[in-house]
Amino acid sequence: MEIVTFTEVETFVQHIPEVTAAGVIIKAIIILAVISAIAGFGTYIERKVLAFMQRRLGPMHVGPYGLLQLVADGVKLFTKEDIVPQNANSLVFKIAPSITAATAFIALAAVPVFPDFTIPHWVPLLGGVFVPSIAADLNIGILFVLGMMAAGLYGPLLAGMAQANKWGIIGAARTAIQFLSYEVVTGLSILAPIMLVGSLSFVDFNAAQAGGISHWLIWQQPVAFVLFLIAGFAETNRTPFDLLEHEAEVVSGYATEYSGMRWGMFFIGEYANMITISIIAAVVFLGGYSEAGIGWLTIILKVGFFFFLMLWVRASWPHIRPDQLMWLCWKVLMPIAVINVVITGIVMMV
Amino acid sequence: MGLEQFKNRNVGTQNYKMLNLGQSPEKGLDKFKQVVNRTFKGELFVGLWVTMREMINALFRDNMHTVKYPFEKLPISPRYRAIHDMLRLLESGHYRCIGCGLCEKICISNCITMDTRYDENQRKEVSEYTINFGRCIFCGYCAEVCPELAIVHGPRYETASEQRASFSLFEDMLTPIDKLNLQQEYDGFGAVSPNADENIKKTPLAY
Ligand code: SF4
Ligand code: SF4
Repeated sequence: MEIVTFTEVETFVQHIPEVTAAGVIIKAIIILAVISAIAGFGTYIERKVLAFMQRRLGPMHVGPYGLLQLVADGVKLFTKEDIVPQNANSLVFKIAPSITAATAFIALAAVPVFPDFTIPHWVPLLGGVFVPSIAADLNIGILFVLGMMAAGLYGPLLAGMAQANKWGIIGAARTAIQFLSYEVVTGLSILAPIMLVGSLSFVDFNAAQAGGISHWLIWQQPVAFVLFLIAGFAETNRTPFDLLEHEAEVVSGYATEYSGMRWGMFFIGEYANMITISIIAAVVFLGGYSEAGIGWLTIILKVGFFFFLMLWVRASWPHIRPDQLMWLCWKVLMPIAVINVVITGIVMMV
Repeated sequence: MGLEQFKNRNVGTQNYKMLNLGQSPEKGLDKFKQVVNRTFKGELFVGLWVTMREMINALFRDNMHTVKYPFEKLPISPRYRAIHDMLRLLESGHYRCIGCGLCEKICISNCITMDTRYDENQRKEVSEYTINFGRCIFCGYCAEVCPELAIVHGPRYETASEQRASFSLFEDMLTPIDKLNLQQEYDGFGAVSPNADENIKKTPLAY
């Protein structure tokens, strides 16, 4: 397999093969298949890692080391009775999970999931098709992804309000305040790297950091990196910001009345969002897949690290209260992000 | 000792040890200082380290705490009172029960049913012996009263069954004859105490 890597922007610009519709469709199928599989597998990894951190074994009995637990879960989710509560607004109730899942995958359309490659010629039918790294290399890539993930919060919001359940309402209210809190920080924190690179496209970010670890943007923008990580945790509603479905307080928040596959779609959406945030963090701050030849491996390692970090944090840290989240985002993180942007601007001008 | 001291709810007048949590900051600057102190104290990373350490301990230093229950079992106390065992004499292999009926008599839930008859040598043998485990409360009286250490409480605690009242027959509880060498003397409920010999007194015959 020939892997085209962007060690130099110029060669990239000259040798870019034509992106055909077939390539994009193949890429979309790859993303859908791989990410859903990883999202499902992520639940297994999460259970295992959390178990190990609590000195337990985790799932062990379905398949070797519990590897087929995923299948058992899938069978369970698919065969469960589909319940719509009596007083719920059934149309909105049914649509809400698809919003979460769909926006999570739409966001992935503009994210580089693997380096691009050309299908070898001996493959029948598809031989020679160039599969791009991004299904849709938009010139506003980052904005699109963040916007899509923000739109995904309509899922929890509508779900919580449609299900005629007080815990759901509280979950929806928390969705709203969480959304209002972190979205500003996400945008502002990633603004500084965007100023440095001068582009909103992930491919440009990747190309800008080609040339080894010392070129990674994390060294120039450590503050933005930390801010983005914090906001990313809030965006994917992972611990310590999982106010939306905080079991100890609001039963299951917006997902209280959901069961079976509808609940599963929320779950897949959440895990796909985790992967998206991990990819964005890896591409924007940690050099992405720019290493020559082994880009596919390094991006997997980097994304894996962020994924593991999310589980690690979940095992270690307690949740915070909604008012603490608002305090943190509005009074601490946002000023820091603004200062960071200003300083970046001054340094760039001088 | 009376209950008075536990009924006293006036916190602070008892011997409670109060934690020194310090004062909550009032002024803005103090609050700011507290936030900065807590942020850069590194406690969050201590938390991360603790979980990572436990994970390393569990995975690489054989410190996993899970007991794979149906396959492994934790040892239980010898005084645990679970499903009864009927023991055999080690020398002859004959069951120990002499059919005295004490256990049937003492059982407070009336769940032991037994019958005896004379065998061909005109010796008493147990012809029927069942325990209704649907009623047994595992009080241990039968094991305690048995003069022959014949009925004891074994360690088999998985007593779930498909029927509400499940009877156990004598043969089911009896040590299988081929496992006689594995039969454990029971040092739990109803067993002879270690200093039993010292407690033996001459039977006072002279009234
Ligand atoms: S343990 Fe108690 S209730 Fe059960 S058979 Fe023995 S004496 Fe009866
Ligand atoms: S008390 Fe012991 S010896 Fe007497 S009948 Fe019961 S089991 Fe047999």
